[in-house]
Amino acid sequence: MSRNVISHGADWDFDLLERYDTAIAEVAADFKLDTYPNQIEVITSEQMLDAYASSGLPIGYPHWSYGKEFIRNEQAYRRGMQGLAYEIVINSSPCIAYLMEENTMTTQALVIAHACYGHNSFFKGNHLFRQWTDAEAILDYLVFARRYVMECEERYGAAAVEEVLDACHALMSNGVDRYRRPAAPTFKAETARLAAREAHRERQFNDLWRTVPEKVVDARKASGGIFPPEPQENILYFIEKFSPKLEPWQRELVRIVRKLAQYFHPQAQTKVMNEGWATFWHYTILNRLHEQGQVDDGFMIEFLKSHTNVTAQPSYDSKHYSGLNPYALGFAMFSDLRRICERPDAEDRAWFPAIAGSDWLTTLDFAMRNFKDESFIGQYLSPRLIREFHLFAIADHAEEDDLVIDSIHDERGYKRVRKLLAQQHSQEVRVPDVQVVRYDRDGDRSLTLRHHRHRGRPLTEATAEVLAHVRKLWGFPVRLETWENEARVDEAREWAA
Amino acid sequence: MLNLIDRRPSSRGKSAVNRERFLRRYKTHIQAAVKKMVGERRLADMENGGEVRVPTKDISEPSFGFGRGGDREFVLPGNREYVVGDRIERPQGGGGGGGNGSGGTGENEDSFVFSLSREEFMQIFFDDLELPNLARTEYGRTEQRTSTRAGFTRSGVPANLAIVRTVRQSLARRIALGGSIDRELAALEMAFGIASAIGHAQEAARIYDELQRLTRRRGKLPFIDEPDLRYRNRVFRPEPIARAVMFCLMDVSASMDEDKKDLAKRFFTLLYLFLTRKYGAVDLVFVRHTDDAEEVDEDTFFHDTRSGGTVVFSALDLADKIRAERYARGWNVYVAQASDGDAFGADPARSARFLREKLLPATRYYAYLELADPRSSDHPSSLWAEYERVAQASDNLAMKRASQRDQIYPVFRELFRKDSQ
Repeated sequence: MSRNVISHGADWDFDLLERYDTAIAEVAADFKLDTYPNQIEVITSEQMLDAYASSGLPIGYPHWSYGKEFIRNEQAYRRGMQGLAYEIVINSSPCIAYLMEENTMTTQALVIAHACYGHNSFFKGNHLFRQWTDAEAILDYLVFARRYVMECEERYGAAAVEEVLDACHALMSNGVDRYRRPAAPTFKAETARLAAREAHRERQFNDLWRTVPEKVVDARKASGGIFPPEPQENILYFIEKFSPKLEPWQRELVRIVRKLAQYFHPQAQTKVMNEGWATFWHYTILNRLHEQGQVDDGFMIEFLKSHTNVTAQPSYDSKHYSGLNPYALGFAMFSDLRRICERPDAEDRAWFPAIAGSDWLTTLDFAMRNFKDESFIGQYLSPRLIREFHLFAIADHAEEDDLVIDSIHDERGYKRVRKLLAQQHSQEVRVPDVQVVRYDRDGDRSLTLRHHRHRGRPLTEATAEVLAHVRKLWGFPVRLETWENEARVDEAREWAA
Repeated sequence: MLNLIDRRPSSRGKSAVNRERFLRRYKTHIQAAVKKMVGERRLADMENGGEVRVPTKDISEPSFGFGRGGDREFVLPGNREYVVGDRIERPQGGGGGGGNGSGGTGENEDSFVFSLSREEFMQIFFDDLELPNLARTEYGRTEQRTSTRAGFTRSGVPANLAIVRTVRQSLARRIALGGSIDRELAALEMAFGIASAIGHAQEAARIYDELQRLTRRRGKLPFIDEPDLRYRNRVFRPEPIARAVMFCLMDVSASMDEDKKDLAKRFFTLLYLFLTRKYGAVDLVFVRHTDDAEEVDEDTFFHDTRSGGTVVFSALDLADKIRAERYARGWNVYVAQASDGDAFGADPARSARFLREKLLPATRYYAYLELADPRSSDHPSSLWAEYERVAQASDNLAMKRASQRDQIYPVFRELFRKDSQ
């Protein structure tokens, strides 16, 4: 016990929060965690419920669905069916973390390490967040969105605004870009490109080509008369840009919802990694504090209790089971990764020759920055973890009467289980592939959506409602076709007025 | 650099607006639930909030998703006994066959349950209800006047002196009157300086005198002068009044069995809640009768038990006497009567005549609720028949029959529906 303990007991005050933060920040710096500046806000449970309702965002535009979410959480909380999270953290700069006033000192320290250094560094480092979210600007955008929506309500009536927002919300998960759209070329770049092309043509000039008889092509047929030339998977984007009927303010509302959907996109893609990373770091940092004698044993025992609660993984047949716990899986994977670096065994050397025995900080940092859940699991899930979690895969095939065990945690199954688990975390599993394939600009202005069915998995019954919403936004008939393996498999369904 | 903020004191109830929107959107569901609750509740609980169920499918937000069917694999943790190739019976009806590993459990319940606060409950409870024919034209005959502020005046009593206003005026006056003197003083001072510098003693002395004179004048500007004074002004305005009195007449005779009394009390409980909620200034008069009528307080009216014969006339007579005594002029008079209509002999005809000739002309609205026997509800009573004749000749008598608990609320609503125009 070289240094003195920061505090004893469960009570906290602002001075103590600050001292813990300083201690944690020091340790985090030792581990080279790169973070945005932190802003810690202490809130009540009531305010936590408010924050829940708006997906954790500090500012949101008014909409009934948030009220529903609020009522649901409040009800569950009041009946004791659901506890509240210790914290909520917002991907912004400064990185805002909400701490509940009910937390004990230990929990506050845990939360500071988890949110303000774990999540925070993930937000700053992970490529998806870097690419898709602008941490500096998000709070301002939320303020703008709220004000804009409220102004629209004043000017056009709450019902009209609600109708647009309802429709947009239905398409939210189909309103994200997975790949960045190329930026429009600047005038200079465009001129340079044309000049280069001209020069190329001059170099290749051969008068002989003039004598070759030309095929007469109908310009319209050449492009197939189809617009857009390439299918567009971001339905909200397409509606925002091309809907023939939307008023400018409605278009802006579509844009606001689309921006929010895009903001949440990286979070949905990195749940396991994000939580795993934060959990790994609060565990590592607080243990380091304990080694340094800055926290006492009582603190550690309380901390370990919370920590084990968070990282518990009930088995599939337990009544507590509610899916794979991203905290458990993520924490196990990052811890395992560190183990592979520090104390690799023969199996690790065979499976992970590149990283076994390497510097663990560098390896973890690389993993944090360059993956999302799908690729992270595909890359780093070790056979040892598959055994520890007793993972097994079940095949649910339409032509079988029963479910069949596809693979288990044995030599033959490791790769298969890992692959399936990785796929399970991909976007394709959560969001069906529905794309805009055609906007009949010269005809009835109808919009055609194509559902690419995969392995016979149909859409839910809610599809009709969603299409009715699309119809409202589009203003002209909307068709949905289902294709599988390049072949049409259904009758087109149409949603006219 | 850590930025610590204590948010606890600020902005509670950020979700209130969203919650309210949700309630507005599902108003029909909530109204139906409230209606049902009122039918089931005990009288004492009538005023509390309550739980509302809305079917989940009605409030779901649709999005593209995967339905059942097709081929898929999913990974689960915690395998104990299975080896490759084992078969498990497909669970029926469960959400997607054994739980989808990637998602949460989702909502399995059929309905979305939440509670209404007392205020919300009451608001929905009495939504769109209004006392009919409530004339707001009874402008204060004499005494109904209120004193309101009306700016400031130049005269008044010292008690009403508006000090801030007065000082503001004085400041303005002093600036206005003193400004030119100040400017002159400044000019003279400069001239004095020049004159004394170049040694022009005579001129300097003259300027000095002038300076003295102006300074004295400056000093004489009063701090507060008569024209500065401002007084708070209050005027009396006639207050538009809508004073109303509601007579509640209830039959508690022996023919009113417990069920009917319960119905009647329910009706009056609703009425009572409605009036006390909506109209702070409504006077309530409770009259119950058997073969003899008496005026009672609300507690006795709702909770005391009594029985005996039936003479409807006695209640009408007493109500009219009280009206003439206490509410003769300047009042909107309402009467609500609940009875099983079991009146004998000359009583119905006499009551109806009394109603037509004396009571009805003096009332704005007369609501009669007949508590029918559920087994023989087709037979209107003799009182009903007599009243009906009166109703045909006048437009301020409304009559309804109810025999079941759950009819009370709709009947009540119908009797006091807000006029659409």
